[in-house]
This record gives sequence, C-alpha cells and structure tokens, in this order.
Amino acid sequence: MEITLAHYLVLSGVLFSIGLIGVMRRKNLLMLFFATEILLNSANIGFAAISHFHNDLTGQMFAFFIIAIAASEVAVGLGLLIVWYKRTGKIDLDIMTSMRG
Amino acid sequence: MFEAIAFYLFAALTIGMFTITVMTSQALYALTAMAAGMIFISAFFFMLGADFLGVVQIIVYTGAVMALYAFGMMFFDTTRTLVEKRENPRIIFLLGVIAATLVVFIMISPIISSNIEAHYPIDATVGNSQAIGYVLFTKYLVPFEVAAVMLLVAMVAGIVLAGKKMDKSLTLMAEEEIALMSATQTKPHDEEGAH
Repeated sequence: MEITLAHYLVLSGVLFSIGLIGVMRRKNLLMLFFATEILLNSANIGFAAISHFHNDLTGQMFAFFIIAIAASEVAVGLGLLIVWYKRTGKIDLDIMTSMRG
Repeated sequence: MFEAIAFYLFAALTIGMFTITVMTSQALYALTAMAAGMIFISAFFFMLGADFLGVVQIIVYTGAVMALYAFGMMFFDTTRTLVEKRENPRIIFLLGVIAATLVVFIMISPIISSNIEAHYPIDATVGNSQAIGYVLFTKYLVPFEVAAVMLLVAMVAGIVLAGKKMDKSLTLMAEEEIALMSATQTKPHDEEGAH
C-alpha cells in the first residue's frame, strides 16, 4: 500500500471537479468565490505532490504564489461584492445584467 | 502503512467537506465546511514534507481568508436559503467528470513522455523552511517582490471598496438616526448618479 504520485494527482483532480461543479451550479456570488477557493487548493495539492515525488522545490514555490493570488483575489472580490450588495441588495449572478448587449 | 491510512482518511474528509461546501443551501454551513476542508488539506502538505506550506495554508487560509469571508458575510443576509439554478444536473455532472479526466491527463502527460530533471533539488541536510528560504530569496526574489506589491494593491483596493461609510457606527447612534439612515438607504438607486 504505497501512496504514489498518481494517488495525489487523482485526489487533486477529484477536488478540482468538485470545485467545477460548484462554479457551474451556484448562482450566489459568495458561494461562487468558495468554489474558486476549492479550485485553487486542488491545484496546490497537485503542485506539492509533484514537488515531493520529483524532489524539486519549484512546485512548492508555485503553491506559495497561488496562495498569495488567492488572498488578493478575496480582498478585491469581497470589496466589490460589498459595494454591489450596498447598491442593489442582492448578490445573485442572474441580476447582474446591467450591460444590455 | 500509516501514510496510506492518513492519506485515505484525509482524502475522504476533504472530499466530504468540499462536497458540503458546494452542495449545501446554507451559507454558514458552506463557510464552516470550507474552513475545515482547508485545515484537512494542510495535512497533505505535512505528509508530503512541505511543512512550511502546510503552516502557511493554515495561517493564510483558515486564519485570513476564512476570517475575511466571515466578516464579509456580516454584510449579507446569510439566514436566507440560497436559490440555485437547476437547469439540467446531468449535463453539469457530465461536464464535471470530463473536466476531471482532462485535468488528470494533463497532469500525467509530462510524466509519461519524459523524465523530469529537478532544477532546485531538495537538500536533505537543511529543513524544509530553510530550503524554501534559500530558493525563495535567490531564484524567486523578483516574483516574491511582485507578489508583495500585488498584495499591497489588493489591500488598498479592498479598503477603498469596502470602507465607504465605515465612519458611521451603528452601536453609537441613537435609534432615530439609524431609522433615518436606513430610510435613505432603501432608495439606493437615487444616489447612483452622484458617484
């Protein structure tokens, strides 16, 4: 029962698919942000696993930068969300159709 | 043996927690399940020998990101049950499975095709945090500084966006003032032209 790289990559793929299901089925914008966090974390697991099994630190470096990007995405996205909620009182995706194309 | 047990245990816990996050109709359940899943993910980092990454995962995700979401959720009406669009769940699940298979193939393909040489091999004589410090402050110094500037810009943007009208404290105001303020806020479309 040796845990190999494929185990971690399959787990990463499963978590990524869970996040994708969340992105596709959520209408609430806050829940959409949660699903995005799941996507980023599944990528982190894949990077750390490849870094471990190939004995290379580059994967961990990429995981760090992904965490930094996730943190700044939350700050800006939540700020925009709060402004939108103050204006309209709703955070549903379907009503965000101000541009009539 | 113990590694296999730990891997399957934490894999089941993480998948369960993230499934709750994706599937639940309560925003608070989603938030707490998300925080638990983040902590369980750090267990994988510890198992993979990336100690520093695991600690950063706990501190940044469950300490900062989840706290930020919790503060943000105070602005929204979280007691209301979320309405979801249910157009065709079969198509969504089919697309999810296809996407997962694609991701696995993308990740496996370089391993099949060629042998990967390590650019920055992990030095066994120093600890994980020390090795990360060596690589981060030599080879990845410029991306590190750029990431720092990006975080600063995001922080300023977050304060500017969310901090409007934060000078009014609801706990220190009289009842009449709060009623007056909420009466003016029920017509938010009137002030849109003023911005």
